[in-house]
Amino acid sequence: MADLHFLANPARFRRFSQRVVPSLSVATALMLAVGLYLALLQSPPDYQQGDTVRIMFVHVPSAWLAMAGYALLAGLGASLLIWRHPLAALMARAAAPVGAGFCAVCLLTGSLWGRPMWGAYWVWDARLTSMLLLFFLYLGHIALSRAYDEPDRGDRAAAILALIGVINLPIIKFSVDWWNTLHQPASVARLGGPSIHPSILVPLLWMAATLFLLFVLLVLLRTDTEIDRRRLENAEQQA
Amino acid sequence: MATPLLEVADLACRRGGRRVFERLSFSLGPGELLALTGRNGSGKTTLLRALALLIRPDTGSIHWQGTDVAAEPDAWRGRLAWLGHLEGLKADLSVAENLLAAERLRGAPPAGDRLDSALVAFDLSVLARRAMRTLSAGQRRRTALARVVLTQAPLWLLDEPLNALDAPAQAAFRGALASHLASGGLAIAATHADLGVAGARTLELGEPQKASA
Amino acid sequence: MSGFVALVARDLRLVWRRPGDVAVVLAFFVVATTLFPLGIGPEANVLARIAAGVLWCAALFAALLSLDRLFAADFEDGTLDLLLLAPWPLELAALAKCCAHWIVTGLPLAVLAPLLGVAFGLEPAVLLALSATLLVGTPTLSLIGGLAAALTLGARKSGALLALLALPLCVPTLIFGAGAVEALATGGDFRAHIAVLAALALVALATTPWAIAAALRQAGE
Repeated sequence: MADLHFLANPARFRRFSQRVVPSLSVATALMLAVGLYLALLQSPPDYQQGDTVRIMFVHVPSAWLAMAGYALLAGLGASLLIWRHPLAALMARAAAPVGAGFCAVCLLTGSLWGRPMWGAYWVWDARLTSMLLLFFLYLGHIALSRAYDEPDRGDRAAAILALIGVINLPIIKFSVDWWNTLHQPASVARLGGPSIHPSILVPLLWMAATLFLLFVLLVLLRTDTEIDRRRLENAEQQA
Repeated sequence: MATPLLEVADLACRRGGRRVFERLSFSLGPGELLALTGRNGSGKTTLLRALALLIRPDTGSIHWQGTDVAAEPDAWRGRLAWLGHLEGLKADLSVAENLLAAERLRGAPPAGDRLDSALVAFDLSVLARRAMRTLSAGQRRRTALARVVLTQAPLWLLDEPLNALDAPAQAAFRGALASHLASGGLAIAATHADLGVAGARTLELGEPQKASA
Repeated sequence: MSGFVALVARDLRLVWRRPGDVAVVLAFFVVATTLFPLGIGPEANVLARIAAGVLWCAALFAALLSLDRLFAADFEDGTLDLLLLAPWPLELAALAKCCAHWIVTGLPLAVLAPLLGVAFGLEPAVLLALSATLLVGTPTLSLIGGLAAALTLGARKSGALLALLALPLCVPTLIFGAGAVEALATGGDFRAHIAVLAALALVALATTPWAIAAALRQAGE
């Protein structure tokens, strides 16, 4: 968040992103290549889950990033409402679909994993259900920020929503866990067990770092686009 | 001229990335009227809303008796009477109910005989029990003006107060405004027409920014 | 405080002038609930099993349906400006609006739900429990829905958007509301559920008025 103060000015952000994006793209691509090797070839299949365990290398980091992404939206929302940083609004606009994308990837990979493990594409597992609700929160944020003719109003409404959403996320998570234990016995195999062998942990963390870089890269690129779009709209209005 | 009660310094507002006005400064003393003129879209409404703290200005300050109004916003709101484009009247309530509801929302005690005199001033006594929905545009405007008078607030902020008013109603408004000013009140009104106040100052908003005040 | 009371009184009086608006919402609740046995089939044990969930979901939808106009009417006729300009905290005004909404929807829903529960074959004790959960839970729905209504003020397609915003946030209340009734029916801890419902209402009470006020202020800009 400290970086945001430095980057509050769109022009300065533009210079920063233009310097960072090329090297970040190369780094992400290289890390992804290594990560895929680690995840698909180097790591052993799970004695219980077989090769399906490899889905975890995408699924788990996506879940982390989806949650971190919503926290980022809340942080950006606070910085827009309190300090009126113009860039915060644009970055939130850019980040919300990326976060929603990771959330969707998490849900899709979860259901692909669920088919062989649970025998069904969708099981009302507590974690999957919480993720689904997080996805809905993302959808609400995206829809609200784009629901106004004046983009400023959408930005600020979405910022308020993100702040209330982030307060409610733990409550939603807690109640879904409660609901789940109330309604069904513990699953045969839960997503991501408590003890993970290093041969799986290393590729998992590596992929997490890779996808984190991808997340940052996408947000930077999309923020750049949003800056252009907003300038264009302003120019059109004044013409 | 008495010492100014209201001092506005270096006010600037931006709407949707467009600068509406900037470096706007004026001051207003007891009994003074400031008429805001300028073409459509020149920022008259924006200025009124900024003065009422409905819009956060980009720069500048508003002082009342030397205190920044943003420091005590509730006290400032208590000093304002507001008349916007929209009357702020409920279609399903009667004239009297609307006036009483507005007074109570300001936290003031029910108006009693003040209500009657406000109704009389704008020739609304016979309409008092009629539902707002059944009234004409001019009758609604008169009700809204009666609401402004009822507040007994020292500063009136009026957006096109003469809109939709016929000649007798305009005269009634001029009378109410004159007695408000005579009792030391202040008023800022966006208007195209003459409000009939001798010595009223004008502030023309628009591209070549010239503040006469 | 007098402003708060005045605003609640004004909104109740407005509803009194147009009782049809509330009647439509309650009629929706009744009709929507009746559709479930028609869709699922009349087996008594199945209906009794799903009754709490169905009634809670229908109550949630009915509450949302009526929220569309909560601030929109004030926004359109200019009274929102008067609320923004009232010399007392806007947070209290937000609370007053939600309070009035609860009195004319949450409260009647809580009264109506047990009557519909009879049609689902619920025991008298369970009917009372259902009513109690709605009494404790619907204020949260009014507050969260009020926030969604304030956020979508002046937006395009505000009705559907309002539901999209409010529904995920209402999930905890739904879970514990319906869960409480089920807990009573299956010998679980009913009181614990009610306590959590009350806690959820308190969290909503502590957070939403500020958010609603912020949303209304930016709608006034």
